[in-house]
Amino acid sequence: MGDLAARTAPYRAVLASRMRSQRSYRANFALDLASSALVGFVELAEVWVIFRSVDSLGGLDLAAVVLVFGVADLTFSLADLAFGHCDTIPTYLRAGTLDVFYLRPQPLLLQLITSDISLRRLARAGVGATALVVGLAINDVAWSASSVALVALALASGFATFAAMFVWAAGAQFYLIDGAEATNAFVYGGRYAATQPAAVWDRPLKAVFGFLFPMAFTAYLPVVTLLGLPGPEWMPGWLGWCAPVAALWAWLLALLTWRAGVRHYQGGGG
Amino acid sequence: MFVRTYARLFVAGFRRQSTYRLAALGGLVANTTFGLLKVALLFAAVDAAGGQLSGYDVGAMSAYIWISQGLLGSINLFGRTDMAVRIRSGDVAVDFLRPVDVHLATIATEVGRSVFALLPRGLPSVAIGAFVVGMSLPDDPAAYVLGALSIVLGIVVSATTVYLVAATGFWLVETRGVEILYMVVSGFFAGLFVPIRLFPDWLHAAATATPFPSMMMYPVDVISGRVDGAESAGLVGLQVFWLATTIAAGQLATRAGRRRLEVQGG
Repeated sequence: MGDLAARTAPYRAVLASRMRSQRSYRANFALDLASSALVGFVELAEVWVIFRSVDSLGGLDLAAVVLVFGVADLTFSLADLAFGHCDTIPTYLRAGTLDVFYLRPQPLLLQLITSDISLRRLARAGVGATALVVGLAINDVAWSASSVALVALALASGFATFAAMFVWAAGAQFYLIDGAEATNAFVYGGRYAATQPAAVWDRPLKAVFGFLFPMAFTAYLPVVTLLGLPGPEWMPGWLGWCAPVAALWAWLLALLTWRAGVRHYQGGGG
Repeated sequence: MFVRTYARLFVAGFRRQSTYRLAALGGLVANTTFGLLKVALLFAAVDAAGGQLSGYDVGAMSAYIWISQGLLGSINLFGRTDMAVRIRSGDVAVDFLRPVDVHLATIATEVGRSVFALLPRGLPSVAIGAFVVGMSLPDDPAAYVLGALSIVLGIVVSATTVYLVAATGFWLVETRGVEILYMVVSGFFAGLFVPIRLFPDWLHAAATATPFPSMMMYPVDVISGRVDGAESAGLVGLQVFWLATTIAAGQLATRAGRRRLEVQGG
């Protein structure tokens, strides 16, 4: 135990300093929190605007889609809080400051992940958590030990899957550098996809967001399983239980991409 | 002479953007992915509503989706600008020493970059939409002329409005909170994810009281032929109104900010 504490001490010191620095500009931090909450709120409003004029989309009614939104947004925001700053790697690559990480006797990826933490995402996670609680309350959930386990499994797997997306994107930046927006298409596009009823997707979207980047497994499929809905023709209703498999696949993809990226990296020169 | 200076800045912005080819390709990938996701969701919504959703059929919805995705590279819905960075770092003091109007020079450069982005991101997005998904477009050539004017106005209004966000930096220094606020409101009211016609009346009224629909929603409505005749002329008129308002505000903010500017460090 003492050994673990000693080994994680440098990471904890960095994270604590990052948290302190964010809270030190109080007005800006408060505005940051409020704005982040507003981001989540407006995204929920977009869903509501569409459902105002139709009863159900892809087999989900408004109550069910609020639950999908809650699971997807809560897990994405928490992953964004812990892993979102991996997005800054193109800046490090261009400026050559990534090389500083190499000088420290710690694993590169672990350093990058623990180099920052975005506390403002807590506000957005709050919106997601509220949608989740409201969603669980207004839907007709048959509560049992297995349904509780399913929700817990979905939350843990969703977090892991979205976290893997950030790591995958960071690995791909070693090749792209200027093309960060290409990975945004799948990281932030993935978040958008995760809040949708996947039954409306056409074939290319099923391939990309159903399986390659398993976004349908983060929220939509667990909710279909939880509510006992029929689900889309191309996926059986029990598939929600396979969310951890999707998370493992996402991490496999992420770590392989990261490894390839690091091997490709030639240093910043200078 | 006056016009030539700003025309050169426009060309400089245009050429600067043309060097970021990989970034443009990345942007196109993002536009297409989001476009396909929007197609899936909004087409399903149109179907569920019985083929007509607030005046949009599938063809009009497709035109909305792909034209708005195509405009994304050219209008600023993020709130981040180089100008905000220059004000924070104090570099703007150097800009004030140059014999040009800082406000207009910034706008000219931004508009140049935005107009270039129509080539690698705007046209391909619309082409993908037209050929892969299919969309309805107007037959009347006059609609395209007015549509082109409306798109240019939208790009300029975007640059003049986001300049105001940067200008708050003269007073606030750190503008990230304002930028995020701008990002949230501008995207929603510009019709980024849902056409503002689908909003309930009170929300629609709130959106039209801001310059944001002028950046994306109105140009899309005009060039897609969803509105025609007097109505599209009215939308272009609204864009001109917001252009004049935001330029006047930008001039005032720059003058007041110049007196307020405090550059830290030596």
